[in-house]
Amino acid sequence: MHLLIKNGRIIDPANQRDEVTDIFIVDEAIVAIGKAPEGFKATQEIDATNQLVIPGLIDISVNIKKPGDKNKGSIASESKAAAAGGITTICIPPDTIPVIDSPAVAEMIHRTANDIGQVRMLPVAALTAALAGEHLAEMALLRDRGGCIGVSNGNNPLHSILVMRRAMEYAASCRMQVYLRANEVSLSKNGCAHEGVISTRLGLTGIPEAAETVAVARELMLVEQTGVSAHFLHISSHHAVTMINRAQQDGLPVSMSVTPHHLHLTEMDIGYFNSQCHVLPPLRTQRDRDVLRNAVKDGSISCISSDHRPLPADAKLAPFGDSSPGISGLETLLPLTLRLVDEDVLSLHDAISRLSHGPAQILGLNDCGQLQVGYRADICILDAEQHWSINPESFISSGKNSPFSDWEVKGKVTHTILAGQCVYQATE
Amino acid sequence: MKNQHVQLDKEGRLRHFITTEGLSRNLLTEILDTAENFSTVGNQQVKKVPLLRGKTIINLFFEPSTRTRTTFELAASRLSADVLNIDVNTSSASKGETLLDMLRNLEAMHSDMFVVRHNQSGAAQFIAEHVAPHISVINAGDGSHAHPTQAMLDMFTIRKHKPDFSALRVAIVGDIMHSRVARSEIHALNILGVPEIRAIGPQTLIPPDAEHLGVHVHHSLESGLKDVDVILMLRLQRERMRGALLPSESEYFARFGLTVEKLALAQTDAIVMHPGPINRGVEIESAVADGPQSVILEQVSNGIAVRMAVMSMVLGRSPQSEESR
Repeated sequence: MHLLIKNGRIIDPANQRDEVTDIFIVDEAIVAIGKAPEGFKATQEIDATNQLVIPGLIDISVNIKKPGDKNKGSIASESKAAAAGGITTICIPPDTIPVIDSPAVAEMIHRTANDIGQVRMLPVAALTAALAGEHLAEMALLRDRGGCIGVSNGNNPLHSILVMRRAMEYAASCRMQVYLRANEVSLSKNGCAHEGVISTRLGLTGIPEAAETVAVARELMLVEQTGVSAHFLHISSHHAVTMINRAQQDGLPVSMSVTPHHLHLTEMDIGYFNSQCHVLPPLRTQRDRDVLRNAVKDGSISCISSDHRPLPADAKLAPFGDSSPGISGLETLLPLTLRLVDEDVLSLHDAISRLSHGPAQILGLNDCGQLQVGYRADICILDAEQHWSINPESFISSGKNSPFSDWEVKGKVTHTILAGQCVYQATE
Repeated sequence: MKNQHVQLDKEGRLRHFITTEGLSRNLLTEILDTAENFSTVGNQQVKKVPLLRGKTIINLFFEPSTRTRTTFELAASRLSADVLNIDVNTSSASKGETLLDMLRNLEAMHSDMFVVRHNQSGAAQFIAEHVAPHISVINAGDGSHAHPTQAMLDMFTIRKHKPDFSALRVAIVGDIMHSRVARSEIHALNILGVPEIRAIGPQTLIPPDAEHLGVHVHHSLESGLKDVDVILMLRLQRERMRGALLPSESEYFARFGLTVEKLALAQTDAIVMHPGPINRGVEIESAVADGPQSVILEQVSNGIAVRMAVMSMVLGRSPQSEESR
């Protein structure tokens, strides 16, 4: 299989490459850029004239309930949605049904991903058995036999700081990274909106900023003591950004990611009980949004992730506090990130980096996230100038839950290449 | 923000009554004036007017309530409407039937109005957004969000005693954090032009960023009551002692209970109000609740007139305004 992508503008932030040229792919890997290697005979050609050719996107947190729960986004439709979004690698947090706490469950995910063949799936193992916060999960087996790339508490905050400490120590000794959702549940319990002007006005139970900052502070202390490498998922508050940033400067092995919705929306977007804006962590203030944007710009946040959570239609058809939190984000990850370029928050290179090279570095992946000879041919081709209007009803994902309905965005994926195979091609 | 105006029709008249927030002074005054006209109906020998004859009103209560439901029922029957009471206990509602399923079933009964009480903030708005276009929704209390008819009956009672809102200092005392009544009162008072509204309570019972609602926060009853004309007491829910919001009822009474001595700090002709039911000795002393400055019982009878006013305004609009949204 010889694939030629011709005449595209190749942008590879990791190697500061930005030029109009050709990419040559044999089987699963990139074999040359610019000049055809000897003996290359294209069996397939994609003309990428006037298009951008960028590394396939890596989404560090995509919540897929299956295996088990067919109603909340089956693995097949979500895989297709990822491919349509230009995403070639997704990480699956452990709070699936069943929980990813045994090598068998992780193997099943790899097998299903291979069968579907739309996107690479990297399972993240549970930190504790059944995410119950009591016994350590078989981390090393989950990595060695289950191919898990790290360990996480998922959406289940640990109640015991002792268990968290032990889990971090154990993970550190296995050289595994922990992925943390910072949430002190005694402060956030029953909450559904940022504690502030909007929660006060609407009479909604608030989630104070301290629910995040208290957890971040505690986890940072434990990271310092245990030496584990830690990634904070979906940070929402400016104080948490400041604390993690300071820890990075002090040399702690920590990183953080943010969602497009926390970069674009604030508590004000809840308006008058718009349940599409019910997310966890909650949308916070204008100031939080501005600090998150600055951190993405200066690179202290090197990863933007959708935190995709597809929901059935009736999950949002309820009074705000009774509706389910979450946004279906795979198909809007790229255009919403590119919108930050138009809003002068990010350069085009940095925007692409936050979706490819940035997450690859956090995940420790050295076979993707760049367009280099020898790397996997995971590639996204897009028409960066195409304007379109977001219509959740036309999402491929089973989840049509999005607060971005009718947003005008720019940049449409035309092809997605996964390990040398074209897995998505736009129809128009 | 457009959803907020779901309660107004194209001509700017009430088609639902969800919240006092965002309404005009004219509209609130119209409610009060209409209530004034109805306030004598209860004294007539035949306590009925035929305004809503042939209309069906469903009291849809997802939260237990006796007093509010009774006054709505009485108001509807004095307007000659047919009334159906449905008490949905939340446990049976959670047996798979969604709120929307239930609405579809009730719509099939050809009703004209739902009077809704629900424990979730935003429930009345949600129902108003999703019911068939010929049905109006009146919010009888949703979570901690709004209780607009209670607020309007309080405005009605205030106006009876203090006709000029622009000359008033009003104090709201107690658990403002969890109070839908307080939120609706604060919006209504601001719209009607009250220049100074004070929210009085310990920090644990005052919502964050309360100033954005248009109130001045006081943590001492003594400073908060100084020179006020109207005192709106709120009921203290016993469950607030759990969750570490307050140490005890007796400490609360010592700091925020309205006694004769503390009442003396207010204007000498200040009136004392309470939405009921009263916790005597917790938020208010009996000598004050039953004293000459208390208008608590008036509030109850005014409640019927105000609810008649709102129901007749919402259902009595001319037919051409019944267009779908």
